[in-house]
Amino acid sequence: MVALVVVLAGGLLLSVAAAVTVGPADLSLGTVWLVITDHLGLTSADVPLLRDHIVWELRLPRVLGAAVVGAGLAASGAVMQTVTRNPLADPYLLGVSSGASLGAVAVLVLGFGAGAAALTGGAFAGALAAFAVVVAAAGRRAVLRPTRVVLAGVAVAQLCAALTSFVIIWTADPHATHSITFWLSGSLARADWAALGWATPVLAAVFAVILWFARALNAFAFGEEAAAALGVDVGRVRWLLLVTTALLTAVLVAISGAIGFVGLMLPHAARWFTGPDHRRLLPVVVLSGAIFLIWVDTAARTLFEPRELPVGVLTALLGVPAFVLLLRRGDGNA
Amino acid sequence: MLDIRDVSWSVPAARLLDRVTCSAPRGSLVGLLGPNGSGKTTLLRVVAGLIAPGSGTVTVAGDDVAGLSRAAAARRMALLAQYAETDLDLTALDVVLLGRTPHRRSRWSDSDTDRAAATDALERVDMSGYAHRKWQTLSGGERQRVQLARALAQEPQLLLLDEPTNHLDIGHQLQLLHLVRRSGVTALAALHDLNLAAMFCDLVVVLLHGRVVASGPPVGVLTSALLADVYAVDADVAVHDGRPVITYRAPAA
Repeated sequence: MVALVVVLAGGLLLSVAAAVTVGPADLSLGTVWLVITDHLGLTSADVPLLRDHIVWELRLPRVLGAAVVGAGLAASGAVMQTVTRNPLADPYLLGVSSGASLGAVAVLVLGFGAGAAALTGGAFAGALAAFAVVVAAAGRRAVLRPTRVVLAGVAVAQLCAALTSFVIIWTADPHATHSITFWLSGSLARADWAALGWATPVLAAVFAVILWFARALNAFAFGEEAAAALGVDVGRVRWLLLVTTALLTAVLVAISGAIGFVGLMLPHAARWFTGPDHRRLLPVVVLSGAIFLIWVDTAARTLFEPRELPVGVLTALLGVPAFVLLLRRGDGNA
Repeated sequence: MLDIRDVSWSVPAARLLDRVTCSAPRGSLVGLLGPNGSGKTTLLRVVAGLIAPGSGTVTVAGDDVAGLSRAAAARRMALLAQYAETDLDLTALDVVLLGRTPHRRSRWSDSDTDRAAATDALERVDMSGYAHRKWQTLSGGERQRVQLARALAQEPQLLLLDEPTNHLDIGHQLQLLHLVRRSGVTALAALHDLNLAAMFCDLVVVLLHGRVVASGPPVGVLTSALLADVYAVDADVAVHDGRPVITYRAPAA
């Protein structure tokens, strides 16, 4: 188990370095290494300014953004599936992604500006607002039942989607149309150091919280009543985990839009290797989510150069067949 | 060991428990009887501390359950439901180790104590050879025995059983209640099968509409008059080896 985590952690570091070298401008691993150590003040290398810029300003933030988003979505998905006892749960179940689209589009058409910061802020605000409405609609905190939360999430998502369509059609603004495509299919093109600067600490904090409750999550195996009878404060644990993962998802959606498949399927794939024990599952799912999204995003930006595929399209195109293969193999073993 | 005193519990439309008083001496198996909707499951949930009584008190080994944290309650009492279902790919040993949740010392690993308690619990239900079997491959009777092992791994002072034999064939019903008796742990068990209750229970408590209508040793309580009153059935009760044996008659056409 420890060996698996070490291998995956090494794989993640290698993936970051290797993915940065891939792209229209040819870069070697050596150059990437020099640029990174130079910026960290470890060496003073003489790398040409253009290459330095490509590595430090363009590719590295994007690759790290993919890692953070992939890790966060996979972890949130694993927790949501356990807490709602629904194998179809994903991080967007509580209306967070539709809220983000609405928020971003609203920022555009209400004229708060079209800058990246304004859009990200709008998306984040929209995601949080949608989640707040879901919680308010689902009931008081003591009776936050999973089925009601899921139903409220679906309803709020539909409402946000309808409002977004309405705004787009009403204003007929081409920027808004473009923006909604970005938020619906997901892209890491906007990942930069500023976004990483607040997403990474949020990811770290939320991951620490869910790891802390790993054993309590295991107790949900036979349902919430069984978990309560095993000494878990079900109401408090469920509330805390739903809120923290929704917060994390809101932060991620504001950066990348809604990238499908990762949060739904990776937890299932990881369970095949670790079993359902969250003490093993959570570290593995986080690392494999990061590695997975790094490579899919690298493929999305380079396969059809100079055009870029929406990464959400590619996560589904690559991930679904892989998932079906795993599913069939799992059947054969049982 | 277990003392239930004047416990009432209501939902807005109905009073589901009405001043229930009963007790279970140390080491006894007490049967909780009564028709569907008489309040058996509600009473078990109150005793387990899963819901707080509207009034009255429940004490287990001298501690008021209302004053215990969830984890402290789970160290004193273990609950065995009538049916346990999961989609997860767990082994029998994984399931039994869940019983160690309220005892955890470390968040990250199972201690030697945890493993020893789980192995011992599997032995006590005659399932030692099944530790690495997958839950999904176990029969209904084997699943209930694994769940009983999980409950025993909690090292409870009181077992709460909610119709634990409902989905089992007669052989497994007898075996499960035998294992509960053999464990020596004080137990309160909601049961539907009155002959099983008569065979295994030291005492029975009969509920109707949330009230205790009779309690005591089975032979004094399970009479044809009581069965007619509580269950509206026509039955003969014979006594065999000091235990009542009930023969039902089909309702008159």
